[in-house]
Amino acid sequence: MTSNYPKPDDATLLEIFRKAALIKLNDERIIKQMMAGKLVMPYYSPRGQEIIPSAVSVNLDDDDYICTIYRGIHDMLAKGFPLGELWAELAGKVTGTCKGKGGPMHLTCPEKGMMVTTGIVGSSMPIATGLGWAAKLDGKKRVSVANFGDGAANIGAFHESLNMAALWKLPVIFICQNNLYAEHTSPAYSRVIDRISDRAAGYGMPGVTVNGNDPDEMYGAAKVAIDRARAGEGPTLIEAMTFRFNGHLLGEAGHYMDKAIYADAQAKDPMPILRARLIAQGIASEAEVAAIEADIDRQIDEALAAAMAADFPDAAELKRDVFAEEIA
Amino acid sequence: MTEATQKMTVIEAINAALHEAMEADPKVLVLGEEVGDEQDGGVMGVTKGLSTKFGKDRVKSTPISEQAIIGAAIGASVGGYKPVAEIMLMNFVTVAMDMITNHAAKLRFMSGGQTNVPIVIRTMTGAGFSTGGQHSDYLEAWFAHTAGIKVVAPSNPEDAYGLMRAAIDDPDPVLFIENLPTYWTPHPVTKQVVPIGKARVAREGGDVTVIGHSLMIVHALGVAEKLAQEGISVEVIDLRTISPWDRETVLASVRKTGRALVVHEAVKQFGIGAEIAAVINEEVWGALKAPVKRLGAAFAPVPFSKPLETAFVPQPADIEAAIRALVA
Repeated sequence: MTSNYPKPDDATLLEIFRKAALIKLNDERIIKQMMAGKLVMPYYSPRGQEIIPSAVSVNLDDDDYICTIYRGIHDMLAKGFPLGELWAELAGKVTGTCKGKGGPMHLTCPEKGMMVTTGIVGSSMPIATGLGWAAKLDGKKRVSVANFGDGAANIGAFHESLNMAALWKLPVIFICQNNLYAEHTSPAYSRVIDRISDRAAGYGMPGVTVNGNDPDEMYGAAKVAIDRARAGEGPTLIEAMTFRFNGHLLGEAGHYMDKAIYADAQAKDPMPILRARLIAQGIASEAEVAAIEADIDRQIDEALAAAMAADFPDAAELKRDVFAEEIA
Repeated sequence: MTEATQKMTVIEAINAALHEAMEADPKVLVLGEEVGDEQDGGVMGVTKGLSTKFGKDRVKSTPISEQAIIGAAIGASVGGYKPVAEIMLMNFVTVAMDMITNHAAKLRFMSGGQTNVPIVIRTMTGAGFSTGGQHSDYLEAWFAHTAGIKVVAPSNPEDAYGLMRAAIDDPDPVLFIENLPTYWTPHPVTKQVVPIGKARVAREGGDVTVIGHSLMIVHALGVAEKLAQEGISVEVIDLRTISPWDRETVLASVRKTGRALVVHEAVKQFGIGAEIAAVINEEVWGALKAPVKRLGAAFAPVPFSKPLETAFVPQPADIEAAIRALVA
């Protein structure tokens, strides 16, 4: 089935790379800042999962909704999260997109369709379903994407959301980014079936498992699901197989991860593979790719410098945004 | 009696408020278990007629999926709609607590004011029908303890109508607690919007202030009438809004009477009476002629057996005894 998927053209593939490179370089810079003690936050690195949201987002517009989870900076950046506001938010500054009140686990940017980032496993799905309902009522062919992990497929919200989205034929794309571990728990401790996508049949919607690190497959699966949702044909479950190289929470020892699986995943790191492919296929020269990376680094430099120079929020912010009116 | 002041039950008043709000604003939606006319318009008929009049796109009968119901309401509201979600019985909110307290209540703050969740969560409860430990709890303190969600609880049809119109128009989530025993009492309804956060002096008096909500106000008014024959003048304050509660009205009354009794059907321990009594002590200590008294349910699950259930919740005789003790 995956061989019948539409393939990204060269320009789209380059765009996927641009997004993925931004995610990777941004992640590396965040880690560098954290290691230097300049950023203090819980960080769930998306390193290794760059291709999934990059290949999905080239099929989305700013009007399309996404909801994501605590490991969600890659989903946000791929959809166009403004870098300056992102870094300011990570630094807890008032110039952050959420005025420093949300932090890395609650990034939000409605003008780009990034409606909710949740720190609760599984909770992106019910809300994305509601956004799908709003999208359907609007009648403007926009879609709603729910990102979540393999661990979230075992929580009740998964079942309720997929059932409701299918029942109401909502334009929702459920993207399970299966990075093999739910926090520190392997599939052996969390489910009997091999493929999470098999569960889609139980809700009467299409379900596919794809190599999320392969831009062709990921793009094709996303395009088919998004086109289907836009056409009013209802939701799809995509299980995108991937791996995260920095564990669950940055700084952990990672003893629970099988060494052979880790080594295999590292050998298949999608980023150098895509980079080399662009050059080998003549889609971009080494110099052009390097220029893309240098430009991203320059943007990160600017965002980082501005974030560090910005002010922290005033304590008066505690009274604001609890309700529409300020609390006395 | 004119159309504007016709007699209505609480059920009819809320039904009218929903009809008129849906008529006035196409963004108002209704969802919940059995809310559609094909399912009898709600377990108590509160939503009767809505699906026939406004269609099944705007009035959704849902599966028994409380997380998905509240999630769908949150998502639709973030997408620009004003959903009124029904959770059939208050005990069933437990299944949706993550959606309500982690998401509905917090998205505005966590997003730095970029998103808001203008939903109404209708629910119903109240002891007295031998429904036992999982069908009649008052759980308002849980939500009053959560920043970002408003809590209202009308005691009569006039306030039920007016608070529902206000709740639907409110830019923040509102938990709307309906009381089963008072559902069928007819009362003239003038169809005025009742502002959230404003208590009502249900009866003026000079000797003691009774503060409460829902059925306890009906009880307190009966007791006040009886004690008036003996020259004990009782002021009854119907909170109507539990959070944010109307400190001004309560404190002004207690300053005047010097005596206060807070009564609620919820368990007394850590109930809202504790907060109100504490604030009275902090703010008007010098004016108090007696320690503030509290009445609430026993520290036990709601029991089934009728005599036990009667002993569990404050009865008019308990309110009377507490008032007599205060003025003694």
